[in-house]
Amino acid sequence: MKAVCWMGVGKMSVETVPDPEILNRRDAIVRISSTCICGSDLHLYNGFIPTMEQGDIMGHEFMGEVVEVGAGVDRDKLKIGDSVVVPFTIACGNCFFCKRELWSCCDNSNPNYWMAEKLLGSSPCGLFGYTHMMGGYAGGQAQYARVPFADVGPLKIPEGIPDDRVVFLSDIFPTGYFGALNADIKPGDTVAIWGCGPVAQFAIRSAFMLGAERVIAIDRFDYRLRLAEEGGAETINYEQVGDVVETLKDMTGSMGPDSCIDAVGMEAHDNSVMYFVDRAKQAMKTETDRPIALRQAIKACRKGGTVSVPGVYGGFDDKIPMGAFMNKGLAMKTGQTHMMRFMKPLLDRVENGDIDPSFVISHRAPIDQASEMYRIFCDKKDNCTKVVLDPWADAKAA
Amino acid sequence: MVLILVSPKKISSSAPLFAASHLTFIPNERHQSMNQAARITHGNGATCAGLNPKQRWGALIAGGSLKLLGLSRRSASGLALAAAGGALVYAGARTKLPDHFEAASSLLLNFTPEEAFRLWRNFKDLPLFMYHLESVTQIGDGRYRWIAAGPFGSPLRWDAEIVDERQNELIAWRSLPDSEIEVDGYVKFRPAPAGRGTLVIARVLYRPPGGAAARAVAKMLGKDPKFMMRQDLRRFKALIETGEIPTIDGQTHGPRSVATAAMRLADPDRPIRGDAEMREILNAKRRIA
Repeated sequence: MKAVCWMGVGKMSVETVPDPEILNRRDAIVRISSTCICGSDLHLYNGFIPTMEQGDIMGHEFMGEVVEVGAGVDRDKLKIGDSVVVPFTIACGNCFFCKRELWSCCDNSNPNYWMAEKLLGSSPCGLFGYTHMMGGYAGGQAQYARVPFADVGPLKIPEGIPDDRVVFLSDIFPTGYFGALNADIKPGDTVAIWGCGPVAQFAIRSAFMLGAERVIAIDRFDYRLRLAEEGGAETINYEQVGDVVETLKDMTGSMGPDSCIDAVGMEAHDNSVMYFVDRAKQAMKTETDRPIALRQAIKACRKGGTVSVPGVYGGFDDKIPMGAFMNKGLAMKTGQTHMMRFMKPLLDRVENGDIDPSFVISHRAPIDQASEMYRIFCDKKDNCTKVVLDPWADAKAA
Repeated sequence: MVLILVSPKKISSSAPLFAASHLTFIPNERHQSMNQAARITHGNGATCAGLNPKQRWGALIAGGSLKLLGLSRRSASGLALAAAGGALVYAGARTKLPDHFEAASSLLLNFTPEEAFRLWRNFKDLPLFMYHLESVTQIGDGRYRWIAAGPFGSPLRWDAEIVDERQNELIAWRSLPDSEIEVDGYVKFRPAPAGRGTLVIARVLYRPPGGAAARAVAKMLGKDPKFMMRQDLRRFKALIETGEIPTIDGQTHGPRSVATAAMRLADPDRPIRGDAEMREILNAKRRIA
C-alpha cells in the first residue's frame, strides 16, 4: 500500500510499504477513504518531538471501512463493512482511566509506556503515527491502517454522510470542542483564543455553542482571521497591534477575557524579543517548546479565570508566569482529547445540521502529493488551513 | 531494619539469600496501607547484603559507642548493652559490597484480587507477561523449575519453592540450593480503596551469576531489575485488564535508516497472523527482554 513516511526532519515521502496485519486479538484493519494532515503533524515534520524513527508512517486523522477484524473484537460493536471514523487516541476501555472516561489517559494502549514515563512521569494513551514515545503505532496517512482495541475507539458513521463532514471527528473537531469545554465558559463570557488554525476554528464555534458572548481570535494570517470572523469571532492580528495583552484588556473593560484558550502550542510565533530568545534556546536544546501563546494567555486572563490548553506541548518551557497564574487565582485545564466522550454527541450535531465541519478544508490532494502538501501547510502558503488527502485517487482516476 | 540488624546473615554462593530469614522481608501484617506500599516502591535497585554503606558505618559507629557505654557501666545491663553494641559492630564489619540486587514495585490493577491472584498463581503462564522467562514447570509439591533467557541467549535455570501462600493475598518463594541464579521474592495482592481494584506489590531479591560483571552487562542491555519488574507488571496489568498486551512488533513501516535497522535487529519484526491463538501471538512476540 501507499503510505506517507517520516524520513527525517522536513522530509515526508510517499512509499510503498507492506499492508498492515492484525497483530492482536482486538485489532481491526481499516481501508482508509479520507485522511488529513494535522497541525500537530507539523511538530513532527519540524522535528520538535523526539522518538520518531525514519520510516514511521504518519497520520492520525482518518476514516474508512473496516475490512478485517481480530478474533477478540466484540462483533456487536464493530464488524467488517462498517464505515468508521477512527479517533487519534487509542484506548483499551477497561483500565482505571477508561472507566472514568479519561480516554486519552488510557493506561494500557502504549506499548512504549516507559519511554513517555521517563519524560513525563507517566504515559498518556497510545497515538496513531505520533512518535515511539506515544506507542509508535503506524499512522493513517496511508491506504490501510491497523486499529488496536477496535471495539472501543472507532465511531460508526451512518450511510449517506460525505467524508468531508465527519472526518474531522477523528481529532480536530472534538479537540476544539474539548478546548472550549475546558475553558469553563459561562453564559455571557468573553473567550480569547490564540491561533486560528483548524482546532481554533472549531474552538471558536464550540465556545459559542457553550454560551460564550464574545470570542476574540488572535493570529497573524488574514485568511485565517477571516475564517474566524465567519465563525462570529472578533479578531486581533498580532503583527499589527503593539501588545496582544494590552489590546485584549482594552477590548474587555480592562478585565481581560474570562477564559483564554491556547490553540497554538509549542511552535508559537511572535514579533517580540522573547520569540528570538525561545528560538535560540530551542536551537541549543535548552528549551523544547516556545510557550509564547501560553505566557500571553496567562497574563491576559481575568482574575479567577480559566486557561485551557488544547495546543500541543512536548517537553520543557521557560518563563511561564507562575506569579500571574497564582496571584490571579487562575485555573488551567489541558490534555489530549478524551475523544470517545465527544465523538458521538458531535456526530449528532453534524447530522442535525448544527455545524458543517468541512468549512476548514482548503486543500484536497491525492496522497502522492503529501510531501508538497506538508510544505505548503507548514509555510502557510496558498492560504492553507486544512489538507485532506485521498489515498485512492489514482485508483479512482484509472 | 531492626530485624535485619539483629540477624546479619553471611551470604554464601550456595545458600539462598534468605534461607532461614525470609520472613525478614515478608511483612506479616495483612492490611498494609497504600502509603506503606508506596514506601516499598521507593526501595532502590541495588542494595548490599543486609546493610548499605551508610547503614554499615552507622552500625559500626553506633555499635562501637554502645559497646563503650555498656562496658563503662560495669553492671548486668551494661554487659547487655555492650553485647548489643558488639553485635552491631559485627554486623557492620561483616557487611560486604553489593553483590545482590533488589527490585520492588507496585501497580494498581482495575481487577479483583481474586482474579489477579489466579492469573499469577498459574505459574506456567507467567512467561506470557514476563518476557525474560522461557518457562515455569512444576517439579514437585510446591516446587517449580524456572528457566529464563540469560545474557547472550544462554538459559538460566533455578528451582524455587513456595514458602508462603495466602489465597488471594500473597505468594512468596525462594530459590533452592544449587540454583544457577538465586531469586527470592513475593507478590502481594491488596484490595485498593473505593473499589479501585487491586494493588499488586512485588519484591524480588536476586543474585545474578558472575556478580558485578553480570550486572554491568544486564545494565547495558537495559535489564535493570526494577525496570524489568515494572515492565512485567505493566504487561500483567494489560493482559488482565484487556486480554492482550499492546504491541507494535511486526507492524508495517517505510524504509528504515541503517541506524534504525541496526536497532531493530535486536528486536526483529515478525508478521503475525490474525487467526493465531493468544499464546502463539505472545510467544512469537516475546523479545529477548
